Amino acid sequence: MDQTPVLSLSQVSKAFGAVRAVREVSLDLHPGEVHALAGENGAGKSTIVKILSGVHRPDSGRILLDGEPVEFAGPADAQQAGVAVIYQEPTLFPDLSVMENIFMGRQPRSRFGIDRRAMRAAAAELFTRLGVRLDPDQPARGLSIADQQLVEIAKALSRQARVLIMDEPTAALSGNEVARLFGVATTLREQGCALLFISHRLEEMFELCTRVTTLRDGAYVATDLIADITPDDLVRRMVGRELDALFPKQETDAGEVALKVGRLTREGVFTDVSFEVRRGEIVALAGLVGAGRSEVARAIFGIDRWDAGSVEVAGRRLRPASPTAAMAAGLALVPEDRRQQGLVMDLSIERNIGLAGLAAVRRGPLVSRAAERKRAADWAVRLRLKYARLADPVNVLSGGNQQKVVLAKWLARGPSVLIVDEPTRGIDVGTKAEVHRLLSELAASGVAVLMISSELPEVLGMADRVLVMHEGRLVAELSRAEATEESVMAAATGRRAA
Amino acid sequence: MNTVRRWEGLIFVLLVGVCVWASLGVDGFANGSNVSFLLLDTTEIALMALTMTLVIVAAEIDLSVASTLGLSCAVLGWLWNAGLPIEMIMPICLLVGALCGAVNGLLVTRLGLPSLAVTIGTFALFRGLAYVILGDQAVADLPPAYTGLATASIGPVPVATVLVAALAVVAAVVLHATGVGRAVFALGSNEEAAYFAGVRVKRIKFWLFVASGVMASLASLVYTFRYASARADNGMGLELAVVAAVLLGGVSIFGGRGTLPGVLMAVLLLGVVRNALILADVANEVLNFVTGLLLVASVLAPNLGAVWRRRTTPSVEGKSAS
Repeated sequence: MDQTPVLSLSQVSKAFGAVRAVREVSLDLHPGEVHALAGENGAGKSTIVKILSGVHRPDSGRILLDGEPVEFAGPADAQQAGVAVIYQEPTLFPDLSVMENIFMGRQPRSRFGIDRRAMRAAAAELFTRLGVRLDPDQPARGLSIADQQLVEIAKALSRQARVLIMDEPTAALSGNEVARLFGVATTLREQGCALLFISHRLEEMFELCTRVTTLRDGAYVATDLIADITPDDLVRRMVGRELDALFPKQETDAGEVALKVGRLTREGVFTDVSFEVRRGEIVALAGLVGAGRSEVARAIFGIDRWDAGSVEVAGRRLRPASPTAAMAAGLALVPEDRRQQGLVMDLSIERNIGLAGLAAVRRGPLVSRAAERKRAADWAVRLRLKYARLADPVNVLSGGNQQKVVLAKWLARGPSVLIVDEPTRGIDVGTKAEVHRLLSELAASGVAVLMISSELPEVLGMADRVLVMHEGRLVAELSRAEATEESVMAAATGRRAA
Repeated sequence: MNTVRRWEGLIFVLLVGVCVWASLGVDGFANGSNVSFLLLDTTEIALMALTMTLVIVAAEIDLSVASTLGLSCAVLGWLWNAGLPIEMIMPICLLVGALCGAVNGLLVTRLGLPSLAVTIGTFALFRGLAYVILGDQAVADLPPAYTGLATASIGPVPVATVLVAALAVVAAVVLHATGVGRAVFALGSNEEAAYFAGVRVKRIKFWLFVASGVMASLASLVYTFRYASARADNGMGLELAVVAAVLLGGVSIFGGRGTLPGVLMAVLLLGVVRNALILADVANEVLNFVTGLLLVASVLAPNLGAVWRRRTTPSVEGKSAS
């Protein structure tokens, strides 16, 4: 590989506000290679794609095209330079035909306007080059996602693209479609294109790619020849972090089963999910974003309907699709999206805390303001909430304090099963430690805690047991002793745990 | 919350100001019979504004109230012509109102349609039905006991106003001091978060529309007896006056904000302005212009207020109110 890379990044950094999305990342894409980009959620892969495709401009570092520094002022510049991106779900014009989509804005012309015959021939030739069969006259509406991706690839080829970036192209494809896509990718590689391939499935990287660059927390880790490393090496590169002492989980004896989920299925979202959470336990639900963890939590709590299966709380079956029934049974859900689902941002702290327990602050038919305020004040003290007045709207609070209001709202109900979805996302380290301490205390007092988290250190530090989901299925259950970053990531990326 | 209270203060100051100006400058304003006429004249708008306040705080709207009123009037006239006793007709009218509200409520909550579209549809539907039932005839031979009661007064206070006051207390308590009221504010501000907190969003919205329909038919009874005339076109256009009063009263058209006392003051303010201008022999076109101006001001003012506050010190606010 001593020829000049067609496109490369050299020491590129990009920050969004205080968040440093990528730091000093370098990446070379050579003609005739399929290069994998690996990393956990939030490692910076999407940012790299957006820099390469001209959506974001790097704060520092350089982009080199054929060894010469270039600047992409926008996606049009990148396209001009021969960079094309194939997304997970392409956006075609549904009412136009396949060939019209391919040549949109660059239709071949004859004396009488658009030369449909030449356009049809050109489209057919592109499909021959790719080795696929598609009808140029077919409307884009009704094409499978796999076929839509092929149309996008043909469009890229028609623009003489030399670098093809595929951002999780296989996430929505079936096995046969993946095989066909890999065939196309191999053909393109042999014709001298450089491909950048992003996937959460390790086996795909090992099947298709020649080299792999790994990112972790926005930083460059390594670039390896696929032939030189094992999947376990790669997982270690992706996660290799030290665990810190942020997580004060106390040892507790698990009591009787508080929450029992049996073969819960929601079609197209999750399938056959079964597990139990006992009193005093913290069970983590790990997996990649999109694995269906939040969806399971929403179904258990009655936000969404389920198609099959059952949920039992303390031995009693729960009525489906009713948050009220779930709450009456002792469930509480601290949802993923604090600002949209957890809080009514315009309402005051006390009213938000009171909202889930209106029955408890009632005196006769009326709401007692004194009871409402006392409930809020008590929990504000217990959770060390920082606020000026309880009548202030919650949108003046910091993220961490907002999360405490959500927790107060639910803890004030005295739940027997607490489901927390990304409980520490976007909150400062100090509050994070408080939330961890709180969850640990709750478990010690006999509450069954189900914690969804995308942060592996949090999962490993807090959980008595770790359940791992991959593409809508529960693929592994690991005890505290078995759970390591490697074993959890291996299961989450679709390699069965040993 | 604070901006709402400040807005109410402004409406109150305006109301007092207009009353003082009219008492001093408009002949015939400040006497008992005019005051009682003025109060009586706002009855239907006030009644419908009570439930409209709850509906709009819940981030919905009911534009079919005046058509429901008309349909209820038509049913009353038709049944009276058919010889039914009025004591039996009145509950039937209330039931018709409840049904109209239930139709709106079901379309909004079960089919998930926007209430703006639904109630524009039923606005035409209910009024059309009223014409089908009664045609363009006017039923005027109504029992004097009831027509008399609708215009009777206790001192300067009309009996109908006592009804309004009683129902206003009920509506204010429901909105501001019950769990349902808390839930209405929450779901009007963020429906998803309210649902995640166990609020029965659909059930509450459904019953708000039913209440709105019942209140419209109650208003139809007052209207029919007051004018001693049941017609299919009764109360045409009143829905806009109702929505206008609610918005002027400080209720956010986006839901989640507002108070009932504010709305009641706005109903009065609009009534007083209208009454005073009529007494002052101002042409009808100008009347509409002034009402419109007040409305535009009520939508603009909160935003202008924010700009004003940014430029000046907080102490100026007291002055800007007058």
